[in-house]
Amino acid sequence: MSRQLVGYAILLALMLVAPAVVYPVLVMKILCFALFACAFNLLIGYTGLLSFGHAVFLGTAGYVAGHSIKVWGFPPELGLIAAALAAAGLGWVIGSLAIRRSGIYFAMITLALAQMMYFFFLQAPFTGGEDGLQDVPRGKLLGVIDLANDYNLYYFVLAIFVFAFWLIHRTIHSPFGQVLKAIRENEARAISLGYDVAKYKLLAFVLSAGLAGLAGATKTLVFRFATLTDAHWHTSGEVVLMTLLGGMGTVFGPVVGAATIVTLQNELADKVGSLVTVIMGAIFVVCVLVFRRGIVGELDALYKRMTGAR
Amino acid sequence: MSEIFGVPIQAFMGQLMLGLVNGSFYAMLSLGLAVIFGMLNIINFAHGALYMMGAMFAWMGLNYFGIGYWWSLLLAPLAVGAAGIVIERSMLQWLYKLDHLYGLLLTFGLALILEGIFRDQYGVSGQPYSIPEEFVGAYNLGFMFLPKYRAWVILASLAVCFATWFFIEKTPLGAYLRAATENPRLTQAFGINVPLMVMLTYGFGVALAGFAGVLAAPAMQVSPLMGSNLIIVVFAVVVIGGMGSILGSIVTGLGLGVIEGMTKVFWPEASATVVFVIMAIVLLVRPAGLFGREK
Repeated sequence: MSRQLVGYAILLALMLVAPAVVYPVLVMKILCFALFACAFNLLIGYTGLLSFGHAVFLGTAGYVAGHSIKVWGFPPELGLIAAALAAAGLGWVIGSLAIRRSGIYFAMITLALAQMMYFFFLQAPFTGGEDGLQDVPRGKLLGVIDLANDYNLYYFVLAIFVFAFWLIHRTIHSPFGQVLKAIRENEARAISLGYDVAKYKLLAFVLSAGLAGLAGATKTLVFRFATLTDAHWHTSGEVVLMTLLGGMGTVFGPVVGAATIVTLQNELADKVGSLVTVIMGAIFVVCVLVFRRGIVGELDALYKRMTGAR
Repeated sequence: MSEIFGVPIQAFMGQLMLGLVNGSFYAMLSLGLAVIFGMLNIINFAHGALYMMGAMFAWMGLNYFGIGYWWSLLLAPLAVGAAGIVIERSMLQWLYKLDHLYGLLLTFGLALILEGIFRDQYGVSGQPYSIPEEFVGAYNLGFMFLPKYRAWVILASLAVCFATWFFIEKTPLGAYLRAATENPRLTQAFGINVPLMVMLTYGFGVALAGFAGVLAAPAMQVSPLMGSNLIIVVFAVVVIGGMGSILGSIVTGLGLGVIEGMTKVFWPEASATVVFVIMAIVLLVRPAGLFGREK
C-alpha cells in the first residue's frame, strides 16, 4: 500500500513540473481526454457496459459550459459544475433507456441516442452549428486567479483531474464498485444475490456521464471553444480506442491510452492528413486481435509473471 | 391543385417515394446485419463502409474501366462479398469465442480504415454517378410523376429481400443455416461444414450491403462518408425491429423510411432525429423490439 502511495506521489510530482518541459496546452488536452477515458472505463472496464455514444456527454458539457460562461457570464467553476450536472442529467435519460437492453444492443442504443443529440446540436441555435461556439472566455477562478494564463489554468485542470481520478479510484474500490464488478462478471448471479442490477448500472452510467461531462467542460475552458466534433461518433470511437489501447478495467490504462492517442494525433496530424483515421482504425484492429489487455494490462501481467504471481 | 393534409399531393407523394427508397436501403442493410448477427453473433459496424465500397466500386468501375451499371450491379457486390470473406477468414474468425463486443470493436476499426482510405483518395465531396439510361425520366401516374429510377430501387430491393427470405426460410440450405444459427455444434456434428457456412454468411451479408451501395450510387452522391451516416440509423432500425425475424427487418426498414419521409413533409427539422425518437419509444414500450425475442 505504501509503495502504491509513493508511486502516486512521484506521478503527481511529475505532473506538477510537466508544464516546464512540455507545452501546457498539450498536457491539458491529454488530461481532459484521460479523464474522459477514465470515466468511460468506469463503464466498460468495471461494469461491462460498452457505451458507444460517450462523446455526447463530452459535447453536451462543452456546450453548456461554453454557453453559461460566455452568454450568461457564469464564473468558470460554476460553469464546470453546471456542465457536469447537465451531462449527468443527460446520462440519466440516455442511461435509463439504454439499460433496458444489454450487450451489443446497449452499444447500438447509446450510439443512436448520441447521434440524435448530435443532430439536435447541429440545428440548435445556441451551438453555432458547424462553426461551433467560439471565443469562450476562461474567466477568473473564484474571481481571483486569472485562467487566461496557461500555467494557472494548467494547475486548475490538474486539480480537476486529480479530484476526478481520486473519485473514480474511490468508487472502484468501494462496496458499490465491487457490486459493479460482480455485475460485469456474472449479471445473473448479482441479480440472484438480491442486487437491483438496473439501479447499479444506471448509477454507474450517470456517474460516468457526469465525469465525462467534467472532461468536456474543462476542454472547452482550455481551448476556448466547443464544437460539434466533440459530440461526433468519431470521438466516441476514440475514447473506446484509448481505453482499449491502455487497458480496459485497469486504473491507469485509460490515462496511458489517452496520452498515447492524443500525442500520436498531435504528431501525425500535419504529416499524414486524413490517413490518421486509417491509423486509428489499424490500432483498433491490432488491439482487438492480439492486444486485448492493452498496454497497462500487458505490463501488469508481465510484472505478475516476473514476481511469480501470488 | 389537390392536397393531402394541407400539403400538395405531388410533394407528399414525392417524399413518400423518397422515404420508400431510403427504407429500401434500411431494409437491405438491416437484413444483412441480422443475417450476420444470427450466424456470427457479431454486429458488423463495417456494414456502412462496405455499402460505401459497393457504391465506390461501381463509380470506379465506370470511370476507370468503363464497366456499366448492370455489370456493376453484379460485380461490385461480388467484390464486396469477396472482401468480406477475406475479413472473416483473416480476422473475425478468431473472435467467435470472445465477448461479442470485440466483434463490434474490430469491425468499427475496419470501418475507420476503409472510410479513411477512400476519403484520402477521393475527399469528402460526393462524386456523381449518372442514372442508367433505361431509367432516365419518370412515369406519369396522373396524380404524380414517379422517377423511373426510384421505382427500380424499390422493386429491386424488395426482390432481393424477398429472395433472401425465401432462401433462408424455404430452401434446404437455408434450413442448415437456421440450424447452425440455433446450435452450431450440433449442426456440425451432423456433418455440416459450419465454419464454411459462417464464412459464406458473412460474405453474403456484406454483398447485400455492396448491392445496396450500387443501387444507391445513382440515387444519391457517391461519397466516402455515405456509409457511416447511414449505419447509425440502421442500428436504430435494428434496435426497433429486433433481429429475430427476417421479415421483421424488411418491414421495419421500409416502414421507418416512410415515416422519415413523412416527417420531412410535415416537420422537416425533426426528420433527422425521428428514427431515434421512435427507437426511444419502442425501448420504453417493448424493449425487445417489435419483432424481437428476449434472449
